[in-house]
Amino acid sequence: MATEMQRQTTPEVGGMGHSVKRKEDPRFIRGAGQFIDDLVLPGMLWLDIVRSPYAHATIKSIDASEALKVPGVAAVITGADLEKAGLHWMPTLAGDKQMVLPTHTVMYQSQEVAAVVATSRYAAADGVAAVMVDYEPLEVVVDPHKALLPDAPVLRPDRAADKQNNHIWHWESGDRAAADAGLAAAEHRISEDIYIPRIHVASIETCGCVADWDAIRGQMTLHMTSQAPHVIRTVLALVSGLPEQNIRVKTHDIGGGFGGKVPVYPGYVLAVVASLTTGKPVKWIEDRSENLQADSFARDYHIHAEMGATNAGKITSLKVSTIADHGYTDAAADPSKFPAGLFNVITGSYDFPNAFVEVDGVYTNKPPGGVAYRCSFRVTEAVHAIERMVDILAHDLDIDPAKIRMDNFIQPEQMPYKTPTGWEYDSGDYPRALKLAMDMIGYDDLRKEQAEKRARGELMGIGISSFTEIVGAGPSHDFDIIGLKMFDSCEIRVHPTGKVLARIGVQTQGQGHETTFAQIIAEELGFPVADIKIEYGDTDTAPYGLGTYASRSTPVAGAATAMAARKIKEKARHLAAHLLEANPDDLVWTNGKWSVKGSPDRSKTIQEIAFAAYTNHPQGMEPGLEAVDYYDPPNLTFPFGSYICVVDIDKGTGQVTVRRFVAVDDCGNIINPMIVDGQIHGGLTMGFAPSLLESMTYDENGNNLAGTFMDYLLPTAVETPAWELGKTTTPSPHHPIGAKGVGESATVGAPPAIANAVVDALWHLGVRNIDIPLTPQKIWAILREKGVTA
Amino acid sequence: MESVALVVNGVARTVEVEPRRLLVQLIREDLGLTGTHVGCDTSQCGACTVHMDGVAVKSCTVLAVQADGSSVTTIEGMAPEGGLHPLQAAFWEKHGLQCGFCTPGMIMTAADLLASDTDPDDDAIRHALEGNFCRCTGYHNIVAAIREAANKMQVGAATSAEGAPR
Repeated sequence: MATEMQRQTTPEVGGMGHSVKRKEDPRFIRGAGQFIDDLVLPGMLWLDIVRSPYAHATIKSIDASEALKVPGVAAVITGADLEKAGLHWMPTLAGDKQMVLPTHTVMYQSQEVAAVVATSRYAAADGVAAVMVDYEPLEVVVDPHKALLPDAPVLRPDRAADKQNNHIWHWESGDRAAADAGLAAAEHRISEDIYIPRIHVASIETCGCVADWDAIRGQMTLHMTSQAPHVIRTVLALVSGLPEQNIRVKTHDIGGGFGGKVPVYPGYVLAVVASLTTGKPVKWIEDRSENLQADSFARDYHIHAEMGATNAGKITSLKVSTIADHGYTDAAADPSKFPAGLFNVITGSYDFPNAFVEVDGVYTNKPPGGVAYRCSFRVTEAVHAIERMVDILAHDLDIDPAKIRMDNFIQPEQMPYKTPTGWEYDSGDYPRALKLAMDMIGYDDLRKEQAEKRARGELMGIGISSFTEIVGAGPSHDFDIIGLKMFDSCEIRVHPTGKVLARIGVQTQGQGHETTFAQIIAEELGFPVADIKIEYGDTDTAPYGLGTYASRSTPVAGAATAMAARKIKEKARHLAAHLLEANPDDLVWTNGKWSVKGSPDRSKTIQEIAFAAYTNHPQGMEPGLEAVDYYDPPNLTFPFGSYICVVDIDKGTGQVTVRRFVAVDDCGNIINPMIVDGQIHGGLTMGFAPSLLESMTYDENGNNLAGTFMDYLLPTAVETPAWELGKTTTPSPHHPIGAKGVGESATVGAPPAIANAVVDALWHLGVRNIDIPLTPQKIWAILREKGVTA
Repeated sequence: MESVALVVNGVARTVEVEPRRLLVQLIREDLGLTGTHVGCDTSQCGACTVHMDGVAVKSCTVLAVQADGSSVTTIEGMAPEGGLHPLQAAFWEKHGLQCGFCTPGMIMTAADLLASDTDPDDDAIRHALEGNFCRCTGYHNIVAAIREAANKMQVGAATSAEGAPR
């Protein structure tokens, strides 16, 4: 097993383990970032979108005549216009298809119906208001369970004759018979329905683009908010027929992604069409309502879980059936082989032999999606289910929730561990992380305090979540998106003066890649971080990569960066041997230098070697000092942690207050501790949010009830707790620098800690489960039902 | 069209606008000061926060014509060219930003707080930020950055008071 990394570089060099201040910050703190809406091109037009007020309706007619009279309006684009070019449908990343604009039927409220192109933002909005659309409402299917009933309207009659129903796909994993047998033989069985509601990433920057068609050069430049620009380029080439070398996707700075900027939205395609049609640059920027009401959602899993165990609390079997509400099309951003993502990581941190998981995807009249909300493919759903079930089991058997976890953990000596659903965990020390969290929060004292308070009638709960993530997709034998294998890349160029330009295949939406990827190179080659420039997000210059989501940047592109640096280091060894007139095999690498073994004064720094690569290379060797690496990971990585949450519940209002939250994370070796902590703070807050506040709900007519920030409640600084962080370090044995990824761990791990704490506070009243979000209304109603009053 | 005369970051400007034009669009599009961002339509997120006559306002909810005759400060005007306001320095130092989109609004709101409360505790800082959303940082390091800036500014104020001519 790999060992924990010690710092090898000085703070001035700033390799791994140093809290280097971020290189990207000087522009952001001055307001000098370049976000998509900041881009203005000469002659640029604006595109705005007419959207459906109905969740399901036939379009009887679209009348654009009044809109075309609005001063400044240049064009109105409808589905009929797109149909002529075969562009009214587009493929989704999940192999389904999605309307760019409808020709006959709208399928969800706020769906795109027509686009207006005009000379200003205001003129485009005036044009949108003047487009007259005549709709005939149709029966709306909101509930995915009802969507599966035989008499439900078929929402997608465009599908094959044998698929004239609302069932999209069935996916399963594990051994059904073994899980059933395990449950039948179990001394104790529990069964629970757990709903994980539809939520929205709501990055503070919405989505947008500027499409810029240059007819003379035959060049399409698409400036856009994308977490995966190379994939966009390839899809655009395949769909439009434009030659791929003449398509350039540029991302600039992105104001948060969290999965919401992975998909292709109709607005992007419309801007491209509008630019091709008008010959001018066309800008499309969503407003917040459009973003919340039409962009990809996350979660929406209706889970039924059964667990078997011994009376002593040893888990023996798990069986999970899930209905996944995908909206009107499956536009999930999952790898091809995994329509329910990596949901079968649901056995979690626990060692038991029998498990079976099945998921059925269903169409409803809601927006499409199935993106991550800051997690690797469906891992949050899996973690929530297993951590809730383990907690219910503990309470049922009157075993302390910490003890039941300790008793069921996969032990460190069992690593690598093969799960009953087929994953091979590479490393982990789960007892150590939970022990540290318990020590940090003072677990035993809290349980005493809880008992005293309960005797006085006060409601206090303690919740634990000991999660295992699965990130870093992924190995090419299993992982692709629309056929593109999920490798990633880095290209490093060392300039003659010893300065470095490196380009990576992943994107940043705030993760700090300009700093952390420089630190990886600093670690490997000894160049100071200040001398290394990291570029990304321009498909004309960056090497091909699959983008940033699912915590894959460090596991995949970070590995590529280390491997490219090692290629440079190896070439540098031969250059140094030439300069030192020594045998390459006699050289040793220390602190950014190649030295002759036993004669440390005979050495060449990496900077001297870089100069020689351009001025004094040996005959027969290729000049220059560059390398590129495309990294195909041998396995995924498995970050883990243990979180403990303490809540107090106000009996009068039902308000849950998170009093303390201790998060112990293990993400393997750490590149930049300051950035890792920042990722965990943010991740915890995006775990806190759907636990207590956020939920995208619809009425029976498919009307979105949380379509603005008035109703979709993001946490502010007031509700958000001050987080307490701890670390253990268990390096990934297969990753070149032993790292695992960290951006999403806390979003995955936090919700069950909070939900477990709330149920823990109420268990004695006969409460077994409450679905998130744990709003005051919900808790208040339960308290009143149980006869609790203030 | 209406004529709006205002002082932005110390420079007098006159802009012809439609009466319905929002201040944020005057700032971003007419004056090209794109550090002020738009994150919502409902004045919840605070990414568009600027100072109007010394008070923090959400410029997506102010009509440009309402700013006629006023003095506006945006993030670009917080420090002289090449310099950093203590809040900007503290956000960098304390990792108070990730994607950077909410950051200008956060800094403008924090500056408004520190103008009236030079030594806020964490609770006061958190309440002052209730109209500014951040999706990346969990606010943790934003609070730390504002506290750091307050400390630095108090030390700075004390130092300049001591050094003042008697």
